Amino acid sequence: MAKITFIQPDGSSQTVDAKSGMTVMEAARLASIPGIEAECGGACACATCHVYVDAGWVAKAGKAAAMEEDMLDFAFDVRPESRLSCQIKVTDALDGLILTVPTKQF
Amino acid sequence: MPLDTPETTLDAGIVETDCVVIGAGPVGLFAVFELGLVDIKVHVVDILDKVGGQCAELYPEKPIYDIPALPVVTGQELTDRLMEQIKPFGAQFHLGERIDALSREADGRFRVETDAGKVFLAKVVVVAAGGGSFTPKRPPLQGIEAYEGTSVFYAVRKIETFRDRNVLIVGGGDSALDWTLNLQPVAKSVTLLHRRDEFRAAPHTVQQMRDLVEAGKVQLRIGQVTALDGADGALSSVTISTATAPETLPVDRMLPFFGLTMKLGPVANWGLNLEQNLIAVDTAKFETSEPGIFAIGDINTYPGKLKLILSGFHEAALMAQAAHKIVYPGKKLMFQYTTSSSGLQKKLGIHG
Repeated sequence: MAKITFIQPDGSSQTVDAKSGMTVMEAARLASIPGIEAECGGACACATCHVYVDAGWVAKAGKAAAMEEDMLDFAFDVRPESRLSCQIKVTDALDGLILTVPTKQF
Repeated sequence: MPLDTPETTLDAGIVETDCVVIGAGPVGLFAVFELGLVDIKVHVVDILDKVGGQCAELYPEKPIYDIPALPVVTGQELTDRLMEQIKPFGAQFHLGERIDALSREADGRFRVETDAGKVFLAKVVVVAAGGGSFTPKRPPLQGIEAYEGTSVFYAVRKIETFRDRNVLIVGGGDSALDWTLNLQPVAKSVTLLHRRDEFRAAPHTVQQMRDLVEAGKVQLRIGQVTALDGADGALSSVTISTATAPETLPVDRMLPFFGLTMKLGPVANWGLNLEQNLIAVDTAKFETSEPGIFAIGDINTYPGKLKLILSGFHEAALMAQAAHKIVYPGKKLMFQYTTSSSGLQKKLGIHG
């Protein structure tokens, strides 16, 4: 179980309880977090679940794999801390994770 | 064969047929099967240049685990198997075309028009459009709409549009690289912009691009577009962010290649009852608010709806029974199994 905070572009935030084993995208969808569209349903095929990982969490959240990095080419305003939330697995180690949702997912 | 009734093509190039299926995804393809079993002839139209819909476009290599009796199958394999299964019915495919208009004629049939100018007259229409039509992604840059069709293009329709222009191509896949190579001899200048110095395009294309950069014929920039500048639909420059400082590139044509997204598109204009951008249907016939127009698969909604391929298959089977009543009014349809019916087996091209 991990508490994950999603910060919206307007500064508002929501914290959700995510079960270990699910993906961050799934946890966001369950809690109806605005801005996590996940058009392809988690197949790493659309780049509409793009998030920015808070500076303090980049190492723990890990780096994007090659396929995810390719898919990030289809996202807008990609930064070094960009990830696709469908590719981040929730673990106890991510308790407290802070993510920012981009202004727009295309 | 009950299906070889010749179709009429009127002088004006209008195709008269029993049914037009909109969407060649798994559910649209299986609809061809179910309609074929009840002798309904089908034309299938899809905006993509290949069959398979999301299965082929989004996840051809990804495994699907919930197709009955197939413990695991990839999106492409499922598409290939469906194409094999519907082969006996000889459906005609119109790929790379979008249905733009759908209206009812005085005689009760539907007039279906594609963006390529094709016109069908059909007794029934089946909307199996999934998440809607695949359309190019529009970068969320402020004011980009004002330049679309004049300075910003998502595809190259006419090379001449780019002749003697300063062209900016954005992206790192095959479309971006292919057009970099093809427009370079025509344009005044070509700049390729990508967010990283790694490209998904075919390796030999990437090498050709690198050679042109080396020869000073193409400019390569690593960064992202942040703003557009111009007036009256005429782009004059774009601002890009780079690893160091922002830069302004003087360009008057831009081609962003950020892949495809699904939009409901023209379906919204056909007068069908919609609920949250989905087409409302009943669960006995999967008919829309317009009799004779059916909607199956991810595009429809009803109480308890699950967006699963297998739900779409079920919907296709029931839809076909209802469509039969419209295409063959007054003709009784006897329920039969493919296992035991010699009539159905004949349609499937199986000779006992």
